[in-house]
Amino acid sequence: MLSIKNLEVSIDNKVILKNFNIEVKAGEVHAIMGPNGTGKSTLANVIAGREGYEVLNGDIIYKGKSILESKPEERAREGIFLGFQYPVEIPGVSITNFMKTAVNEIRKHKGLDPMPAGEFLSMLKEKKKIVEMNTTLASRSVNQGFSGGEKKKNEIFQMAVLEPQLAILDETDSGLDIDALRIVAHGINSLKNKDNATIVITHYQRLLDYIVPDFVHVLYGGRIVKTGGKELALELEEKGYDWIKQEIDI
Amino acid sequence: MLKDKIYEDFNLNRNVLLDNFSEPIRQLKHKAFESFVKLGFPHIKLENWRHTNLKNIIENDYKHCFSPSDKDVDIEQLFQCELPEMDTYTVIQYNGWFMSRNNDISLMDNGVIIGSLNKAFKEYPEIVEKHFGKYTAVEKRSLEALNTAFAQDGIFIFVPDNVKLEKPIQIINILDADTNLITQPRNLFIIGKNSELTLVHCDHSILHRQSLINSLSEIFIDENGFVDHYKMQNKDAESTLITTINVHVESNARISTNALILNGGVIRNNVNVKLNGKNAQADLKGLYLVDRKQHVDNQVFIHHASSHCYSKQLYKGIIDDDARAVFNGRILVDKDAQKTDAYQTNKNILLTDNASVHSQPQLEIYADDVKCSHGSTVGQLDPNAMFYLRSRGICEHSSRMLLMYAFASEVVDTITIEALKYRLDTMVSKRLKGELSICDQCVLHCSEKAPDFLKMDFKPIV
Repeated sequence: MLSIKNLEVSIDNKVILKNFNIEVKAGEVHAIMGPNGTGKSTLANVIAGREGYEVLNGDIIYKGKSILESKPEERAREGIFLGFQYPVEIPGVSITNFMKTAVNEIRKHKGLDPMPAGEFLSMLKEKKKIVEMNTTLASRSVNQGFSGGEKKKNEIFQMAVLEPQLAILDETDSGLDIDALRIVAHGINSLKNKDNATIVITHYQRLLDYIVPDFVHVLYGGRIVKTGGKELALELEEKGYDWIKQEIDI
Repeated sequence: MLKDKIYEDFNLNRNVLLDNFSEPIRQLKHKAFESFVKLGFPHIKLENWRHTNLKNIIENDYKHCFSPSDKDVDIEQLFQCELPEMDTYTVIQYNGWFMSRNNDISLMDNGVIIGSLNKAFKEYPEIVEKHFGKYTAVEKRSLEALNTAFAQDGIFIFVPDNVKLEKPIQIINILDADTNLITQPRNLFIIGKNSELTLVHCDHSILHRQSLINSLSEIFIDENGFVDHYKMQNKDAESTLITTINVHVESNARISTNALILNGGVIRNNVNVKLNGKNAQADLKGLYLVDRKQHVDNQVFIHHASSHCYSKQLYKGIIDDDARAVFNGRILVDKDAQKTDAYQTNKNILLTDNASVHSQPQLEIYADDVKCSHGSTVGQLDPNAMFYLRSRGICEHSSRMLLMYAFASEVVDTITIEALKYRLDTMVSKRLKGELSICDQCVLHCSEKAPDFLKMDFKPIV
């Protein structure tokens, strides 16, 4: 589904990712872990198409095609979803209106008519249950005044509405208390199926107690330096990142 | 030159401009004229007029209407409310003159008086003389002087103590002439103790001739009273609209204003508020969405003359094409006005390199125990928010629309009349999509295409 080859990315003339490779297949869950400042968020943003990053080398192949030239909305319509580390507050745009616009633009892209209002609203209601969201969506602006937990729940709620094929969740566990973490993780798990894939980017192992990855990758110095199964996460938790650094730097 | 024409008009029409009035009013009008002669039209060397140049406008000739139109105007034919679901008392100002098919002035059962100011001068002289011109700076501000000198008619509303008018009063200001026209509408609104009034003031023009409106409204709000004032401006590109609202607020009384500007040639709105008693409050809002070569200038002056008063200004604008916007918000806090709370925000989004905005806060604080803040921003749309929306599949164009709409909604959401809020909401979103023509909001029959549900009978005031 996703194949990243020899990717080299810079921002403000500073190389962040270099010689980065990953293969993600449908039905898989990948965890990307690593210390701060190693390019985790850069990776997420580059896949989603954020402006300001320069791809110097390599390619991102999604569903068999390079997406480097695609706009963020084109990638989203093809099924890529980015769960933001810091979801943006948008005063004045209600969650309902936001999701309605997104769903209908994606449908239009697929040659479908807009979803009938009644159907849309009952769909939202169903999706809210997945993350135990009790926010009144119509009256609340996107993320405005939300707690950290509510913001992250809202990300997973949007993921549930948009049903992406490839979800990249950037530090979705940060800022969550244990209850919110459980709810968010449960949401992610329940959206998983054999046709979609998830990349979980995280700093800590604790999210992986709830979301069991098929692969764990360690990102360091802009590239993946170690790949293993879920037990690698536990090892990292125990030993910290230093042993990896030592291994690499030698 | 308009100035010469004004001298001539004044001298030739002294009988209707001066002689028809009682002695105190006549003296005031005379003084106002002399003041105008001394001050002349505002020019760009004046601090408050630096960015609005009337030079080209006042080189044209405009005709005054010194008497009500004798044209047989059929109000039903002329007027169709675009807000049929909004239940209002409606009054019409036609070329500056109050117009009604029934009475020129009415006394309602609850003691409220609504009607022509011209008639009020004669029928309610004690009330009018107590307030007329009292909140207006004829010595200092030349356009207020000009209006006072030429004032003949306008809307008069008197709400006695302890009356809450449930329905809003909608004032439709219509210009209809086959020549260039200048009007000087003069309104006087007096709100008694514990009383409430909602005003919706709409400006329209029928013929796209050059027009210059120099309107002045004086609002007096007695203790614990409240006025909620809306101004909707959707004018054609040939018009120059200068409006001044002078508000005097007594203790525990409140004024709320909302200026919603969606189209226009040159628009200048002056709002001057004096918070004259303890706990008086002013909540002033404005939204301007301008494009092409439009020019919108909002000037706010809040005078905190008493302690424990509160004022808030929130003005937002989206400026497209070659349009220009000006915001000047002045807060004056007197020495004795301790415990003042005064806030000012002006936010602008510029959509092109040629669009411009001049935003200037002015704070003059002579008291030492006050809370004052001001903030002004000029910028583009937030790139983080843009990416967030686009990452959900929403195209760049729609994302911009959503954000602009959201930006505007902070002001629109403060509208307390539901029907008006809904209407404005629709208009703003059409306006942002470039689909709002001047006729959309127009109450007039210039378009045959108006859907039937918009056609509604003129509701005469009781």
